[in-house]
Amino acid sequence: MKHTLSVLLQNKPGVLSRVTGLFSGRGFNIESLSVAETLDASVSSLTLVTSGNDAIVEQITKQLHKLIDVIKVTDVSEGEFVEREMVLIRVKAESNTRAEVLRVIDIFRGKVVDVSPKSYTVEVTGSTTKIKAIIDILKPIGIKEIVRTGTIAMARASKS
Amino acid sequence: MGKINGSQAIIKCLQEEGVNTIFGFPGGAVIDLFDELMDSGIKNVLVRHEQGAVHAADGYARVTGEVGVALLTSGPGATNGVTGIATAYLDSIPIVVLTGQVPTALIGNDAFQEVDIVGITRPCTKHNYLVKDAKDLVPTLREAFHVARTGRPGPVLVDLPKDVVATMINFPERKPVRMQTYQPTYEPHMGQIEKACKTILGAKRPVLYVGGGVILSNANEELTELARRLDIPVTMTLMGLGGFPGTDPLSMGMLGMHGSYTANMAVSQCDVLIAVGARFDDRVTGRIDAFAPHAKIIHIDIDPTSISKNVKVDIPIVADCKHALTAMNTWLTQAKDLNEDEIKTKHEPWLATVNEWTEKHPMAYATDGEIIKPQYVIEMLSKLTGGDAIITTEVGQHQMWTAQFYKFNRPRRFITSGGLGTMGFGLPAAIGAKMAFPDELVIDVAGDGSIQMNIQELATAKQYGCPVKIAILNNNYLGMVRQWQELFYDKRYAGTVMEVTPDFVKLAEAYGAVGLRATKASEVEGVIKKALATDNLVIMDFTIAREEGVFPMVPAGKATTEMLLV
Repeated sequence: MKHTLSVLLQNKPGVLSRVTGLFSGRGFNIESLSVAETLDASVSSLTLVTSGNDAIVEQITKQLHKLIDVIKVTDVSEGEFVEREMVLIRVKAESNTRAEVLRVIDIFRGKVVDVSPKSYTVEVTGSTTKIKAIIDILKPIGIKEIVRTGTIAMARASKS
Repeated sequence: MGKINGSQAIIKCLQEEGVNTIFGFPGGAVIDLFDELMDSGIKNVLVRHEQGAVHAADGYARVTGEVGVALLTSGPGATNGVTGIATAYLDSIPIVVLTGQVPTALIGNDAFQEVDIVGITRPCTKHNYLVKDAKDLVPTLREAFHVARTGRPGPVLVDLPKDVVATMINFPERKPVRMQTYQPTYEPHMGQIEKACKTILGAKRPVLYVGGGVILSNANEELTELARRLDIPVTMTLMGLGGFPGTDPLSMGMLGMHGSYTANMAVSQCDVLIAVGARFDDRVTGRIDAFAPHAKIIHIDIDPTSISKNVKVDIPIVADCKHALTAMNTWLTQAKDLNEDEIKTKHEPWLATVNEWTEKHPMAYATDGEIIKPQYVIEMLSKLTGGDAIITTEVGQHQMWTAQFYKFNRPRRFITSGGLGTMGFGLPAAIGAKMAFPDELVIDVAGDGSIQMNIQELATAKQYGCPVKIAILNNNYLGMVRQWQELFYDKRYAGTVMEVTPDFVKLAEAYGAVGLRATKASEVEGVIKKALATDNLVIMDFTIAREEGVFPMVPAGKATTEMLLV
């Protein structure tokens, strides 16, 4: 099963390789990984999507926590959470498809961020499912290049 | 106080930590540090290979419980130390390894003797550091010692660029190390302690399964108290030997691949398994689904990742073994309506079963006239040293025979590479142990294969007046692998025949040591006695039964009840 982990770590050189080394060394999966500093520049926030049964995910969480530079590990997918990913897609847009591409982008509430005579570069944000959906729709038209940020996630705020 | 240079600051840090001996090998990147060490009062032991330095620091740490320190130069000096670091990591031994590094301006330039040792050792250290700014030097070293010795101990490496070490700095005042992100749990959860105690009291067939954690946390007395007050039989892992007296009637000896018949049978039949500072290693469990299949499992470990890693645990207790066992003993003392004699009586049939197993299949071997059986050598060593020497080993058959036939009654007496299984560990580790306790008898039990992996350290032992005794069980084979080949590879001895082995007696003499040889069983006792009476470095070369095997043996991947017996 898929799990989305949110990890706070000290923003020090080599920290990311401690995390990725742990995953490769112990044979855990990384499906996506995204990292940037938080409001406190000495702390980074890392969102990692992994998969495995409960025992494996428990091991992953414990092993991450064991790293000296890791401050906090939360499996946000255990509760309600919001996840977002951004994708940049360079899609073929020649005279016969330009209008259709724009319609698709509009449906997905995407933005055109770069235009050339033969392509649009599109920015779309959403859940992994939504990103997958737009990619599936644009694929037959012709995707020239694609770059994804990987998922970032946050647990939902308490409603009380 | 005025400014001091980085080297001086490092020495001061070492002194603050109570370090009086370090094991090292110099080079361009650490020449300043060696220079400073010379007048520091800290004993600097010059090894002959960096692997030896790290193993010696490791041996020092294992016998004392203090942090061992090694100092290596950059590049090849550092990489030669990696096996030593990994050895300490797998057995959770607190050491600090200081490595020289090229000046910060050259890092990343493929400079002479540059290697990214922090990158290389990331997966085999508890933590490691590259000090890029001289102002971080002292805080980093203090943190390194703190991390190495607390929680689940382990090796910590600090990489020291040459310019950082040469920089003039103010020496900051010493304060207790506090780390936001690292706070090991020492105290057990009392609810879990109660659950564990009640489960133990409800057991009919309990077993204590004891690992190296008991030794690392100095919890042997608390463990012994728990076992004896309720009459619970005890089995130990390789790393746990000495954690409970080997001569106690409740001791079933070691379990696992080369464990005793009794221990493996007891684990397979027990209804409650109390794992203390052990990690359910594959050499212990055999086929995992057949391990303690009828048991509720209680697991005490300071490292949460050890719990439910290989075997699902019913009652986890994250704590220091000593604290947890103390809490359990206190709970039992305070428990109302608890009659410990009743519990003991309840365990009588179980202990009777355990004893029957031992009678049926004791740890034994067949004698063969004047041919020296390796087990006999170990028994003799055990007898003639009163079971009280510090014994180090290399890795292989001799290591298993030592674990099986030497009766360890005290912790920190059996020094062996358990997790990584590092051949070449025993001699440098023996030197480290002897440096820590010059008045203790230290014996390295070795095979003719593994002794040659770090034989160069004989010179270190000689130079520092470190009269360890080396007992080589010589069969001209890499015996453990040969045994597997005999059993599972149709006796095809591929790469295991040592067609050329040096004359160890002459070799000893070449190093200024004493060489003794026994080729007949009747000579064994005399040779050992002579070695013990000699106030010099001694190699005893025992020509043993060439194709003797280590039994019982659980073939890899089989259930631990499927033992091959003698």
